[in-house]
Amino acid sequence: MSEQKKSAAHESLFHLTKRTEVNPASAMLIRVIAIVLGMVVCGLTAFLLIEKLHGDPSKIKDFYACFIKGSFASERKLWKFLKNMAILQCISLAVTPAFRMRFWNIGAEGQTLMGVLGCITVAFYFGGRLPEWQLLILMLIAALLYGAVWAVIPALFKAKWNTNETLFTLMMNYVATYVVSYFLVIWVPSGSSTLGKLKYGKLPVLPFGNQYLLIILIVLALTIGLYIYLKYSKQGYEISVVGESMRTAQYSGINVRRVIIRTMVVSGLLCGLTGFLIGSGLDQSVTTESVGGQGFTAIIVSWLANFNPLVMIVTSGLISFLNSGAAQISQDFNVSGALPDVIVGIILFFIIGCEFFIHYKVVFRHASSEKEAVK
Amino acid sequence: MEKQVALSMRGITKRFGSVVANHNVDLDVYEGEILAILGENGCGKTTLMNMISGIYFPDEGKIYKNGEEVVIRSPKDAFDLKIGMIHQHFKLVDLFTAAENIVLGVNEKGRYNLKSVNSRVSQIAEKYGFHIDPQKKIYDMSVSEKQTVEIIKVLYRGADILILDEPTAVLTPQEIERLFDVLRRMKADGKSIIIITHKLHEVIAVSDRVAILRKGEHIATVDTCDATESSLTEMMVGKQITLDIDRSEPENVQPRLEVKDLNCIDGEGIHVLKDISFTANSGEILGIAGIAGSGQRELLEAIAGLQPIASGQIIFNNPKKDRPVTFFHKSMRQVKELAARDAFHDRSGAPMRLKGMSRAQIKAQVSAGNVLFREDEVMNLRGKTPLEIRSLGVRLSFVPEDRLGMGLVGNMGITDNMMLRSYRKGRAGFVDRKKPRALAEDIIKELEVATPGVNTPVRRLSGGNVQKVLVGREIAFAPKVLMAAYPARGLDINSSYTIYNLLNKQKQNGVAVIFVGEDLDVLLALCDRIMVVNSGAVTGMLDARTATKEEIGLLMTKTNAPAKEVAP
Repeated sequence: MSEQKKSAAHESLFHLTKRTEVNPASAMLIRVIAIVLGMVVCGLTAFLLIEKLHGDPSKIKDFYACFIKGSFASERKLWKFLKNMAILQCISLAVTPAFRMRFWNIGAEGQTLMGVLGCITVAFYFGGRLPEWQLLILMLIAALLYGAVWAVIPALFKAKWNTNETLFTLMMNYVATYVVSYFLVIWVPSGSSTLGKLKYGKLPVLPFGNQYLLIILIVLALTIGLYIYLKYSKQGYEISVVGESMRTAQYSGINVRRVIIRTMVVSGLLCGLTGFLIGSGLDQSVTTESVGGQGFTAIIVSWLANFNPLVMIVTSGLISFLNSGAAQISQDFNVSGALPDVIVGIILFFIIGCEFFIHYKVVFRHASSEKEAVK
Repeated sequence: MEKQVALSMRGITKRFGSVVANHNVDLDVYEGEILAILGENGCGKTTLMNMISGIYFPDEGKIYKNGEEVVIRSPKDAFDLKIGMIHQHFKLVDLFTAAENIVLGVNEKGRYNLKSVNSRVSQIAEKYGFHIDPQKKIYDMSVSEKQTVEIIKVLYRGADILILDEPTAVLTPQEIERLFDVLRRMKADGKSIIIITHKLHEVIAVSDRVAILRKGEHIATVDTCDATESSLTEMMVGKQITLDIDRSEPENVQPRLEVKDLNCIDGEGIHVLKDISFTANSGEILGIAGIAGSGQRELLEAIAGLQPIASGQIIFNNPKKDRPVTFFHKSMRQVKELAARDAFHDRSGAPMRLKGMSRAQIKAQVSAGNVLFREDEVMNLRGKTPLEIRSLGVRLSFVPEDRLGMGLVGNMGITDNMMLRSYRKGRAGFVDRKKPRALAEDIIKELEVATPGVNTPVRRLSGGNVQKVLVGREIAFAPKVLMAAYPARGLDINSSYTIYNLLNKQKQNGVAVIFVGEDLDVLLALCDRIMVVNSGAVTGMLDARTATKEEIGLLMTKTNAPAKEVAP
């Protein structure tokens, strides 16, 4: 008996085994549980940190109500939520082709920012001198070009010298920020170096519906287009093969270098297009913060959706919902701007963490035999 | 004298997800014996041994060492219990010497003294009859020497139970004999030796007892002296099977692929292929034998257009036949180029120049099937990419060694894997999944591939089924040359013979088959000629009907031999 105890003490309490087949329904259940747990932990955190909630547990429900208010309180808020979601979705679409190829492009931030810069540069120099429609087309071309160039540089280095694309694309983000700063200093030599709203080159608004409707429809069309491109086109097939195994790609006669470069151009074009939507459709100006970190958020959106453009509608919606809810909380409860980040961080932690439990399961050892021993 | 039980296992079960790798296994190992663990690939031999050596932890069951229950949770625990395992894939630091590798991870008291290590290594080597230079670096060593280092590493730590996982897979017949001598000497010294293998004649040659595993279960343990090859096979497979390869006489033999003075230098400047010359004939199977890593992979890849060639020629001869030109992969440019070189003729046989025609005219001519080319034109494949080779109309099929890493995409279904070869065809822009799907269904039916469906990722299939998919696809494109590298590696006996028979059928259809193998018995039974390579050079060409294993073994380690071409 004593020997048995000794050996039991040696054994670990549980171990992890990989699930061979992931049941989509149970995976979804795990994700829902994770989000619910995340929200609960958020509520507790808020209860501890927000003064207005102190001492009155019943007020916690205000906290959750406020969360939903952020996106759905009014029609204006709803449209704003949809607009944010559309922009995030568009950048997420942009990073997706490269990710399907296992090319870890984390430079969407910089590529999009360059897109904004490209379109604003055209608007700044040619605004008023050209008819508006010509100006818009020129702005679009410039945005696409800037985005594509910014994306193709790391791809060329990767294809030619096998440089690390993650570091390279990350560094390009900083370069993009400084390029924007440079132009701002040139354009606005005095004072704050802040470029005011430009008069020309505004993306037209549809005669019906909301001012953001056109952007939303464009992104929706792109989503469907990219889905078809990845799933049914020859190029999409090549991207998948290169992503799965470069050697298989070479074996089957695929020119791997060309596919890497071409795919990054597609990514860059989509980033540039997003830049155009931001620059021409929303801001009509450029700052170093025009993209505001969405280029990085897009990575999570794309990854959570398992690089499927249609599923991304859900994930980008979720992240946008979290962001606007958290912003609403900081406004309503008059707390510092860091709290929304904490809340979004907690929920993302749960969502990403739960992927582990989707792919692995925890098995407790000898749960049954120990029970017998107790008897 | 009754022998002592050194190690016993009771009720060992190990599952990976829903797969049961071992189920309720009881096994005893005695002191001073050689126990062979015999079983087909994937029957759980290695998993079982990994549980003794601390790599895996059993889900259920107990292990006893000298009668006492023990818990082995790490390789260190195993070493503390004097259990050592020599893995199939060596785990050595290339830049270190033998002695440095041997002491790596040993926690000895006192100062680190390489001299005393050297002398102790030499002592161990002398005692059991190894040949080893403790100060030689690993990267200078042959496979057999590396294995010696692994064994001494285990002995140095005082192991008295040694587990060898497929130790003979990479050795020549002569080296195998030497290894067996060493094992016998260790046995005489009272050590327990467990060898994992699926080669029957080796089991009979060296072991005292045989434990047979089938589908994760322990079927029986028998004394080797009471066993025969056929009785062991029956226990291993579970039914009586006949293992015959029906080797027909080659028919209509013509030179199909001629390799002349081929030299390749890899990315690190190493001369991987040296002046290789041979001819592969239609209607015959050419075997390539050699120690793993002697340039077999590079040779096949060079022919397939995947390896840059430093010098030499690869000439492809095709039987005469008029074939209309088609636009392979939008290659108007290529059609024009070939036309300029008088490669084409019209229906009457007059040369077709296409010069001065507009694109539309050329397109019309080609679409009407008026532009013909004669396939017997000798083509040099040197410096061509796989795509160029294919668009020249050279039907070259290649079953690479690394099935899921090169031949197939593991995460894609069978349909999408069929498309690897054909996706470029069809309407521009979008892929056509209809034909690949039909092909996938055909292969599943014809080759009896066990799969839940055409869209199940192929990595979820068993090794044999994966190989059937790959070979099936390569054969489906009616090759003129079929190259297969280790096509039966890791397959169970039935699947192996399915593959051998497929190759045989291709030979009877007039295909030039090039077969890179490791099991010399199979090479001798299946092939018509056997080319032996060592360190990237051809060391001999033998007639498979008269050659012996020993002859091949000698050639496998022979160096600096002038390459000889023997007429078939």
